[in-house]
Amino acid sequence: MLWTAHIRVSVKQNVLDPEGQAVQRALHMLHFDSVTSVRVGTYVCVQCTANDEAEAMQRVSQMCDTLLANPVTEQYAIQLERVEAHDA
Amino acid sequence: MTRKRAAVVSFPGSNCDEDCVRALRTAMDADRVWHTARSLDAYDAIVLPGGFSYGDYLRAGAIARFSPVIEAVHAAAERGVPIIGICNGFQILLECGLLPGTMRKNVSRKFVCAPTTLVVARTDTVFTKAYDRLERIRIPIAHGEGNYYCDEETLRRIQHQIVFRYEDNPNGSVDNIAGIVNAAGNVLGMMPHPERAVDRWLGSTDGVRLMVALAAV
Amino acid sequence: MVERIATEPTPEDIDTHKLYARMGMTDAEYALVVQQLGRKPTYTEIGVYSVMWSEHCSYKHSKTLLRLFPTTGSRVLMGPGEGAGIVDIGGGRAVVFKIESHNHPSAIEPFQGAATGVGGIIRDIFSMGARPIALLNALRFGNPNDARVRYTFEHVVAGIAGYGNACGIPTVGGEVAFDEAYTGNPLVNAMCVGLIEHKHIQRGIARGVGNPVYYVGPPTGRDGIQGATFASEQLSEQSASMRPAVQVGDPFMEKLVMEACLDVIARGLVLGIQDMGAAGLTCSSAEMASKAGNGMELWLDRVPMREPHMTPYELMLSESQERMLFVTTPDRDEAVRDVFAHYGLDCVHVGVVTDTGYLTLKMDGHIVGHMPVRGLVDDCPIVEPPAEVPAYITREPTVYPPVTDYACVLHALLAHPTIASKEWVYAQYDYMVRTSTIVPPGSDAAVVRIPDTHTALAMCTDGNGRYVYLDPCIGGRIAVAEAARNVVCSGGQPLALTDNLNFGSPQKPDRYWQLQQAVIGMAQACTVLNTPVIGGNVSLYNEHEGKAILPTPVVGMVGLVHDLEHVTTIGWKNEQDVVFLLGDTYVEWGGSAFQAVVYETLEGTPPMLDLEVEKRLQDHVLACIQAGWIASAHDVSEGGLAVALAECAIAGNIGAKLTMPACALRPDEWLFSETQSRIVVSTTPVHAQVLMRHMQEAGVPIVCLGTVGGNDLVVGAGEECLIAEPVDALRTTWKGAIPCMMQR
Repeated sequence: MLWTAHIRVSVKQNVLDPEGQAVQRALHMLHFDSVTSVRVGTYVCVQCTANDEAEAMQRVSQMCDTLLANPVTEQYAIQLERVEAHDA
Repeated sequence: MTRKRAAVVSFPGSNCDEDCVRALRTAMDADRVWHTARSLDAYDAIVLPGGFSYGDYLRAGAIARFSPVIEAVHAAAERGVPIIGICNGFQILLECGLLPGTMRKNVSRKFVCAPTTLVVARTDTVFTKAYDRLERIRIPIAHGEGNYYCDEETLRRIQHQIVFRYEDNPNGSVDNIAGIVNAAGNVLGMMPHPERAVDRWLGSTDGVRLMVALAAV
Repeated sequence: MVERIATEPTPEDIDTHKLYARMGMTDAEYALVVQQLGRKPTYTEIGVYSVMWSEHCSYKHSKTLLRLFPTTGSRVLMGPGEGAGIVDIGGGRAVVFKIESHNHPSAIEPFQGAATGVGGIIRDIFSMGARPIALLNALRFGNPNDARVRYTFEHVVAGIAGYGNACGIPTVGGEVAFDEAYTGNPLVNAMCVGLIEHKHIQRGIARGVGNPVYYVGPPTGRDGIQGATFASEQLSEQSASMRPAVQVGDPFMEKLVMEACLDVIARGLVLGIQDMGAAGLTCSSAEMASKAGNGMELWLDRVPMREPHMTPYELMLSESQERMLFVTTPDRDEAVRDVFAHYGLDCVHVGVVTDTGYLTLKMDGHIVGHMPVRGLVDDCPIVEPPAEVPAYITREPTVYPPVTDYACVLHALLAHPTIASKEWVYAQYDYMVRTSTIVPPGSDAAVVRIPDTHTALAMCTDGNGRYVYLDPCIGGRIAVAEAARNVVCSGGQPLALTDNLNFGSPQKPDRYWQLQQAVIGMAQACTVLNTPVIGGNVSLYNEHEGKAILPTPVVGMVGLVHDLEHVTTIGWKNEQDVVFLLGDTYVEWGGSAFQAVVYETLEGTPPMLDLEVEKRLQDHVLACIQAGWIASAHDVSEGGLAVALAECAIAGNIGAKLTMPACALRPDEWLFSETQSRIVVSTTPVHAQVLMRHMQEAGVPIVCLGTVGGNDLVVGAGEECLIAEPVDALRTTWKGAIPCMMQR
């Protein structure tokens, strides 16, 4: 089975996010006064095969732990989506 | 004849502003102007220097384009005042739409600081009239996002606006583009740093003629 | 009455369960705290004591040794003790510099660890009132065959580049070496050099009772809490779980804080200023009060917080980056605020200078800590641990059978990542910003022009852990001598140095002996070469799972180039120039790159170093450079003469035809031995005679090797051809090694 994993990698809540802070200041400068917090992250889209959702989740988590996210400073969230096979 | 005067705009995080002022002063008067200035009417030329405005967060130049001074830069561009954006200054000019295209990260994904050889593609601009056509000049680069990109249609359209090309492409820029001007010819963006090539002790003096040309406009 | 925070352990709990031990404090130290306070400390207080008495802040294991260093001299304006040392360079100007390690943070999170290391050293320089003009570094990594080592290397370099480049300070030099012993415990030492006018020199001092204390910089988060203690412990697998201890750097903020601080200093608006580095608010407040013999009261609820519900303990110990603490007078309040506001920064009034001699911490009006400043800063018990000669130390020099494929060995040496071109590294550093870099990375020392003058500063970092391991005293001497030699080869007169002592646990007698002997050797060299130590850093506990790194003292040397015309580089210049070797060569394999590459081992005795010989060599090479007789100069170091000659050829893009002089040595010994006090120079034919005569009269051994020219490096011995290699081929090997290694 083919799966699409939508992975959002962001800076951990308790770790300083200089980029998020700079963007927040810029938004305030542009009078978006309602902004209370900005965090900047990356989005990674991975397609992979797995027999079921649990296995897919395990594989993608492993990818995040070893490469896609920096476990020291970043956290990640995974959203899985099954890719429907096209009939031949 | 009164001496011409250039404004070097300092954004928070600019770091080549002092270097630009020093280099320009070999040819003309130059002031550092803080990014909150609302008017640049007193100046005969404007330089947006290199550096990391607003930390280059989000995209290089993306936040600086909202600085108060940018309106004055637009107004000056319309009046035909010569404007040079160098490195981060080029990125800002792209972000605020004064020049076409955009910058991507270097193909190597790494910051690269190195001497480079440029080929002067146009000598009929106010900036490059002191060079010979197809002359090779030595001007260094120092950037992480200097990979110039535009779509093919734009590239066709701006062929005549390409002023400098890299002899040996260091970052992946389309068509080896190192510097371009706007259609009117008074706004120049270039990734290489001419202010770093104005003294024999620095290894090249090829940037001097650009400063002199600017003073003669 | 000192109150405790409800959520924290009680003083009784701390005592009974020895919670102080987890903060790295011994029973004896705890007992001393109780004695000083006349009561049991609160959690906040013991936290403050633990970081102030950590090795990083107190130098408790190294203080007695550091006293061996000469620290004064006619040019020294400020020695160790402040953020950085200061040396006069004439014309009312002075140079300020310091080196500091960030080894443990870089082992845990290479990018941020290295970046914040750079940030910290920059703040040390501008907090003295100096404009930072250059950065250097000294890096050590493990065996690059290990993927984790390559990851660490790549991210450390990126972290240094990311921070220094954005701050607009050129990274102009440094050194990188690889050795198995650093696997798991890399070394990341960062050095910053600044310029200052004498009248602007600042000190971190809390003057004037009643004066306000200000905080400037980003809000405080729970970053790097107990970082200073962390730096004083050895690394283990457990460190991975301590990972939140790593701070994140924001070079954009640093740049703004730097410009604003230099601005308020230039306007004469501050009385004392210090960076919140290791141990954050704790160390800066205690040290500033101590230097003035005053006390300080801090209102912690006013400290800007990035996260809600931060405790006094967290606020005092946080190592959030880019923060400064300064003292001014009440009437300057508005002027100070205006300057910071211009840069978009807030400064917050967080306390007051007192005459109590106590550091008093208040939270919402309650006293949460009350500790004697002197006790915190000066009364940390000094430890003089036992020293013991390690079992591996030998007096037996190593002998090896002859190697005859000289070109093959030369290529192998040039491909060794320690010797290979570091262009892959320094091309990521903006080494040109500030348009003053006259000799960029890749020569013996970098040369940076002093703006608006015809003079310059030559600077480098050096330290060979292999020599130090085999004989720490001689290795220490060599570290200082080689750094000075590199400055001399670049046309500079060595002025002074800053040192970074990277060693293993001082609690192990054999490791402490290494530290002790290295300091003795360094001090000897400093005295003879007239280069006092004006500051530095000690990084102990560099061990990974019980295995120590190679003992690595790093020397950061700065010299004055009196005239830009004296600037000299390593590359040969013109056809027909004459090549000379200065200094004698002996059979010295111990610790050599040859030994590492050919025999993959580390044994024997390191090259000896006669300081009088070294001094004579340096003095006369500098004199001849200043006389205009020398076209190029290159220190002979790792890889010996063969590598030095290859580097002269590659850098100059020109070959040479050279002959080994008749002597008792085998060709491989002459080519690859790492005998010290040797320099390869070239000169125009016009000056060859006068140079030769000068050196002979001065008693500096000199031998003519041949002439520059052609596209090949040709070295013969009598009729025999030892090496005949195209310079292009040597360059390909030398330049390709690291990029190739990183593509794996």
